[in-house]
Amino acid sequence: MSVKEVANAVPPLQKKGLLQKFGTQRLVAIIALAALYVFFCLAGDNFATYNTFVSILDSSYYIGFLAIGVTFVIITGGIDLSCGTIMVCCALISGTLYTKLEVPMWLCLILCIVMGGLFGFCNGFMVAVMGLPAFIATLGTMMVTRGLGSIVTATASVTYPQRSADDGWFRGIFKIMGEGLPSGGVPTGFLLLIVLAVIMAFVLNKTKPGRYILALGSNKEATRLSGVSVVKWEILAYVISGLFAGLAAISYASIYSTILPGTGNGFELDAIAGTVIGGTSLSGGIGSVAGTLIGVFIMSVLKTGLPFVGLQPHYQLFFTGFVLVIAVFADVLNRRRQKN
Amino acid sequence: MSHPILVMDAISKSFAGVHALKGVHFDLMQGEIHALMGENGAGKSTLMKILTGIYARDGGTISFEGQTVDYKNPRDAQEAGIVIVHQELNMMNHLTVAQNVFIGREPMRGKVIDDSKMNRDAAALFEKLNIDINPKSVMGSLTVGRQQMCEIAKAISTDAKVIVFDEPTAALTDSEITDLFKIIFDLRDKGIGIVYISHRMDEIKRITNRVTVMRDGEYVGTIQTADSTKDDIINMMVGRVVYEDPKSHSEVPADAPVVLSVRNLNSGRMVKDVSFDLRKGEILGVSGLMGAGRTEIARAIFGADKLDSGEIRINGKPIQIRSPQDAVEAGISYLSEDRKRFGVLVEKDVATNMTIASLNDFITGISVNKAAESETTLQYIQKLRIKTPSAHQQVRKLSGGNQQKIVIAKWLTRDSQIFIFDEPTRGIDVGAKAEIYGLMNELVQQGKSIIMISSELAEILRMSDRVMVMCEGRKTAEIPIEEATQEKIMHAATLRE
Repeated sequence: MSVKEVANAVPPLQKKGLLQKFGTQRLVAIIALAALYVFFCLAGDNFATYNTFVSILDSSYYIGFLAIGVTFVIITGGIDLSCGTIMVCCALISGTLYTKLEVPMWLCLILCIVMGGLFGFCNGFMVAVMGLPAFIATLGTMMVTRGLGSIVTATASVTYPQRSADDGWFRGIFKIMGEGLPSGGVPTGFLLLIVLAVIMAFVLNKTKPGRYILALGSNKEATRLSGVSVVKWEILAYVISGLFAGLAAISYASIYSTILPGTGNGFELDAIAGTVIGGTSLSGGIGSVAGTLIGVFIMSVLKTGLPFVGLQPHYQLFFTGFVLVIAVFADVLNRRRQKN
Repeated sequence: MSHPILVMDAISKSFAGVHALKGVHFDLMQGEIHALMGENGAGKSTLMKILTGIYARDGGTISFEGQTVDYKNPRDAQEAGIVIVHQELNMMNHLTVAQNVFIGREPMRGKVIDDSKMNRDAAALFEKLNIDINPKSVMGSLTVGRQQMCEIAKAISTDAKVIVFDEPTAALTDSEITDLFKIIFDLRDKGIGIVYISHRMDEIKRITNRVTVMRDGEYVGTIQTADSTKDDIINMMVGRVVYEDPKSHSEVPADAPVVLSVRNLNSGRMVKDVSFDLRKGEILGVSGLMGAGRTEIARAIFGADKLDSGEIRINGKPIQIRSPQDAVEAGISYLSEDRKRFGVLVEKDVATNMTIASLNDFITGISVNKAAESETTLQYIQKLRIKTPSAHQQVRKLSGGNQQKIVIAKWLTRDSQIFIFDEPTRGIDVGAKAEIYGLMNELVQQGKSIIMISSELAEILRMSDRVMVMCEGRKTAEIPIEEATQEKIMHAATLRE
């Protein structure tokens, strides 16, 4: 009897249905997103307008960037609690550089992203080299960055130049406004978000860094024993999260203008929730950038849509909680069914 | 065979002041299969981990192809041509088979991984090795035996000059082993040096050229396999001869009461209409190929998987088992084939592990009575001769044999009546194996009953009073030990519908 025959004794894997192929969780997420949008269109007055659509997109940029970055960290089996406060800290520091030290705007923006990457590197170093649990390492960074923002600005708020000002050009990265254009503006930030998501999905699925991040999230020891430098790639995941927090800072500044020190807490949980709703597993090894974006848009639609049906935005939290639990439970059920 | 390709000399290594290796010598010829043997804790794995750069040595020299070498990490060793097939499965379960096989050396097209080439290469590799596995399957969906074949394929595909096999057959069935040996002979004929670690004496006699024996971190000696008997090797390892003959007849009286009766059991797609009885004081051996549904039966009886239909009676009374908790309360214990995942809490100490299933007996008021816990633990450490420095040693640091004894002790504290042993001696060395067998015999003498699932025919024939054979989820034979032969069992194990 050959190995082939023995192997044939095991029933072949069932043909993957569309459901399994796509992931129940992501499918649930897409359906939830569509259902929510349709619901608000029907129930809310004036929800189904171009301007509302743009404001949904506007509120998705910074959480979207944070979530794309944090997806990589979660795939390693880690967590990044600091991405929200890193974002605000970067926005505060580069804004201070611009207003107090008159550093050119283009340099401020580059520094903003670089600083994010540095904070990310610190997280990665603490986790991969020093061996701290990711929860603790990034909790520490969360507190440090939140404090640092207040120290640098002496607790004063920082205001970025208006669109009309000479250095307000950077707002055009995320939205172009002007005569002859719709009053809500053209949401170029959406394009940027999608382009970056496509690039990062490609990095995750088609390049070595992505493959090794998935591998070490699945089984770190096995990856190490395969001759892969797990330290390097684990750090990289945190650096990616940091760089995207820096980018999120720019989008945050361009949409909200005034940045308050001491804020930023809670954004990381929105980012993590979006990631998890999108099908990334908190135990590592599984995740997708596309899923993450869907998760983020669900939260944006909720946030923007609830006032249209007479509920305050804080109901967003309430409903996001439900979506989160339902989406993850659907996945748990599906895995249980596959096992049997 | 020609000149040595690898020489390790006077290798020493300590962990936290404890000598794991003391001046160990090992050499390997080109085109040789060289067995490395020794009891658990003898230092075989440590020696091989030093060779492959996973541990740094404290002293000694390694020369490979005539050059003194010093590998700092697994990658250095791999690039030089030394690879190891680990005993513990090291798989990225979420990745595909091909992604696992080519991890760390993916075929690239510029900066992009060429997945289609990778899948083709993997398919070609499997074809060459006569393994039928789809390279695109997710690793976690394969059985343990097939994962092991992937791990072997991975090592072979690196164009290695030296391959270390650390108990490669522990998870394989007899026919898979035959195929593995073909692969190994093929590699040997190509001039590759092979280090073969195994506890199975038959395999050693069958395939190796030389045997090096280690004991307690020291080098005992190297002998030509052809010039030595099994007993010679075992004597070098432990200094005593271990009884290895099959059981000739059952001591269980024909009218012994039936303690467990299973009728028309169905569960998932791996258990189909299975019925059997288990008598008091009996060892029922369950044999079959990988994927025959043996473990699944055990899991269904133990309430770990859902029952679709069927009846289970204990001492004649019908019983509903909906969860492992129900099973434990009904007096059933299950010792999993995968100790690390389901058997022991590796991060916890010996005492915690032993009392976890019977913690209620150790509670005074609202807290755990540490004194009672320690006392019971020490009692079992002595009784089962568990080699541990103390009751508070972390289980991770103990050998496989000792971990298995801890699992047995855990269930002994529950005073179970029915024990299901799933591959009880997998990855356990000869000495500890004999002790586990001794324990099982003691249990049945005390009137307890055992269901023993095993892939090793020798083990089935040695321990069972009756043998139940399975194929594709169905029971295909039930053979009293007096009539059981390897041929009969293998025949029933391949009886397909």
